[in-house]
Amino acid sequence: MLLLRRPYHWPTSGWGYPFEELERVKRQMDLMNTALFRAPSGETAAGVFPMMNVTEDRDSYYVRAELPGMKADDLAISVTGNSISISGERKLAVEDAKAQYHRREREGGTFNRIVSLPTQIDTGKVEAHCTDGVLTVALPKAEAAKPRRIAVK
Amino acid sequence: MTETESKALQAKDKTEAGAPAEQTRPGPVFAPAVDIFETDKEITLLADMPGVKSGDLIIDLHENVLTLDGGVISPEGADEADVLREYRTGKYYRQFTLSEIVDQAKIKAELQDGVLRLKLPKVKAAAPRRITVQSR
Repeated sequence: MLLLRRPYHWPTSGWGYPFEELERVKRQMDLMNTALFRAPSGETAAGVFPMMNVTEDRDSYYVRAELPGMKADDLAISVTGNSISISGERKLAVEDAKAQYHRREREGGTFNRIVSLPTQIDTGKVEAHCTDGVLTVALPKAEAAKPRRIAVK
Repeated sequence: MTETESKALQAKDKTEAGAPAEQTRPGPVFAPAVDIFETDKEITLLADMPGVKSGDLIIDLHENVLTLDGGVISPEGADEADVLREYRTGKYYRQFTLSEIVDQAKIKAELQDGVLRLKLPKVKAAAPRRITVQSR
């Protein structure tokens, strides 16, 4: 015997809008997609400028931020215990006073951000450099915080 | 530009560009933020493209369409693991239509600290040409 599943919104007489169920499924799929693949921003981001990516390897943490047009001199970076503070001001060069703007999407202004790292860092060996508008700060982990292999006797 | 002096910067997600065509390499494509302003002599375009090296930036001009295409190589080492990820990296892509007033042969580009400065000089105003009507 042939069984037809009938969604309860299905019009019993006439074809009001036969694709409603399909639309609903599509919406659900879209939601699932955004939840699964729409990566970082939103939930994990603190929403404080500049956006940062922090990575680690065995010996150090690396803090990166995109700061186009900024030089190392424009930044004040300080490290204490297990946190790093980055502040500065992004100044947009003052152009010709007579210039007429068609688009103005780039923004300037001050910023200040503090990020805590999971472990203590060796504050004496922190290095920072700016290349192509990307700031990278390498923060070596403190000796005590590094993973240590314990030999079994 | 005095109003930017004391303004605190707000965090903003990068704008994803509508891909012009299917990408051969996977990964996000972003539209760089640009400033465009015009003076009597030239039009200047500034674009924020952090992470783009001058060798990876392709500026193409074809039939009045200016295309900026900047590839980004991830600065992260192979054995680095994520702790916090707030922004994504990917190439930059954006197109502009140029008007006839731009002298296309004299466009100059300069990339410094992730900011592209593109100078588009204007064509010298064409001398008005009067056509004399002859009567017979």
